[in-house]
Amino acid sequence: MVKNEKIAGFIGKKTLRLASLLVLVCFASFMLIQYSPIDPVRAYIGEMPVTPEHKAQLEEYWGVNTPPQEKFLNWAGDIIKGDFGTSLIYRMPVINVIKERFTASLVLMGISWLFAGFLGFVLGIVAGAKQGTWVDKAIKIYCYALAAAPTFWLALVFLMIFSVYLGWFPIGLSVPIGVTADNVTFFDWVQRLILPALTLSLLDVAKIAMFTREKLIEVLSSDYVLFAKARGEKGMDVVLRHGIRNVALPAITLQFLGFSELFGGTVLVEQVFSYPGIGQAAVAAGLRSDVPLLLGIVIFSALFVFFGNLIADIIYEFVDPRIKQQEASI
Amino acid sequence: MGDKVEISTKNELMTAFKAVAGNKRKTEALLNVEDLSLSFTQYASGLRQTELKVISNLSLQAYKGEILAVVGSSGSGKSLLAHAILGILPSNAKLDGKIEYDGEELTQARKEEVRGNEIALIPQATTYLDPLMKISSQVIGCVERKNEGLMRKLQREVFQRYNLRPEVERMLPHELSGGMTRRVLVSTAVISSSELIIADEPTPGLDEKTLNETLSYFKGMADRGCAVILITHDIEAALKISHKIAVFYAGTVLEVANVEDFKNNGENLRHPYTRALWNALPQNRFQAIKGHQPMQDEVTDGCIFYERCSKKKALCSQGIPQLKQVNGGMVRCNNAA
Repeated sequence: MVKNEKIAGFIGKKTLRLASLLVLVCFASFMLIQYSPIDPVRAYIGEMPVTPEHKAQLEEYWGVNTPPQEKFLNWAGDIIKGDFGTSLIYRMPVINVIKERFTASLVLMGISWLFAGFLGFVLGIVAGAKQGTWVDKAIKIYCYALAAAPTFWLALVFLMIFSVYLGWFPIGLSVPIGVTADNVTFFDWVQRLILPALTLSLLDVAKIAMFTREKLIEVLSSDYVLFAKARGEKGMDVVLRHGIRNVALPAITLQFLGFSELFGGTVLVEQVFSYPGIGQAAVAAGLRSDVPLLLGIVIFSALFVFFGNLIADIIYEFVDPRIKQQEASI
Repeated sequence: MGDKVEISTKNELMTAFKAVAGNKRKTEALLNVEDLSLSFTQYASGLRQTELKVISNLSLQAYKGEILAVVGSSGSGKSLLAHAILGILPSNAKLDGKIEYDGEELTQARKEEVRGNEIALIPQATTYLDPLMKISSQVIGCVERKNEGLMRKLQREVFQRYNLRPEVERMLPHELSGGMTRRVLVSTAVISSSELIIADEPTPGLDEKTLNETLSYFKGMADRGCAVILITHDIEAALKISHKIAVFYAGTVLEVANVEDFKNNGENLRHPYTRALWNALPQNRFQAIKGHQPMQDEVTDGCIFYERCSKKKALCSQGIPQLKQVNGGMVRCNNAA
């Protein structure tokens, strides 16, 4: 059947693309680190005093002087086996660090993603439906201001206002200091999640709202809305019956395509709020020369963004009924 | 065959009632458009505003049980006439003149009230259907929940009448063929039980069979007592079913002729343009006249057809000719008698 063939083709194409993406990402990031001034041995030694002989021994042990291509193949071979090595700063397997950190970040990103999507869509629909009125203008100004403000700056401002001056939220971290994991309450955790999630979502709100607004205006000036009006449908009826129906799918697709920006944003936000997520780990790994962790994070973030795009493609190719038909008519 | 089948008792009563009421003022037009002008405000270079006149001094009448064809070339503003009657013009449009419906002035508020239930539009293409909404919901339209069941029943009956299979209900617009789209669009007007039906270019791109079928739907509507305005550039199709033909040229109606006037060589036609149009048809003389319609921004003082007219006189370049009753039709020409 045509449909099954199409799905098979789609999966094949995407798998191939994923494989080539991973190979390229691994190679490029490995080579960048190879030729950067990062010294993993120095990072491993840390503050310990060592003799030059000792250091040479360590270099021998870590294989610092093996040729880059051999190094790459060794590393890549381990990766394929699922061994991402050991993190130098956390002194535990990279995969465990990533698992723990990514989970924390996914919660943060997920909440802000949903919040941004919902709020952005609602604002966009309201602005589009009331095009040209003061409501529309206010939403537009709000969006432009948000889109123009850098995330890290917003994060600092929020931290100052809500945590320092008003004292509504803790300054940072995901759980209180000095409390064992068993004693951390759900409330503690949520309280520390709100501000970072809010900051992270703000940029996204602006993007989705402006897009939804444009799209709705386009729909409202379409022939079918004109016809709906000619048949006696009025104001909000039209927006609810035709607007949302035709705007939702492209807006959701855009939201999935925004995974890369979401990840980029989370690096900054986690840094400002000391939220122990993958972004903060990435910064730490970079600053403190934790090569295995850095490479591991690069691979997983590439996967994360890839799946966002993949979902957008799936929506585009399989969910939108109009696309189905175009294929069939060819 | 199925045309005469009444679709519900409610409609039956309505039709009977209308027939009685209709007899009283049979001579009165259901829709009366007098000296209608439509212009758009545009920004020319910089902040200078210009008025673009697309319809000027247009008059026409539509009667119950009759089909009035508004015939004119593409891009002459015919669709805007339909939009003006329904009050769905863009916000920069300015409308002058008088539109009366059922003896009362048709204001914007009244347009909003009657459109969809007393005046229905049949649009030209599938782009007028929401691409993501099921056909049945679109045909039924926006109705209160308690009436939904009744409307669904009515929709099934209408679909049956127009040979639309039950599965069409669940389809999306892109799944319809050209002929099916046409029938669905016609259904949207029929289900509303409107009295005035304005069909905007309903025939282009249809094969002979579908064309005749579509035309028969309009004929059926007129036979049931509706006033039908058929906006088209296809004069042959219009002649097949219409009672009257309004000849639309550069934003105005130059002549309203009875369909019988188009017989023979068209010597009964009143306006030189109508005659030229008639002679341009392949089966007649296949002769085109020189020139083109004046553009919307060209300002003319006299008759709008002056430049191209073969019978022009000095008088014709001064002032728009008055609309005259000639031989059972209307014409805007100084030469007609």
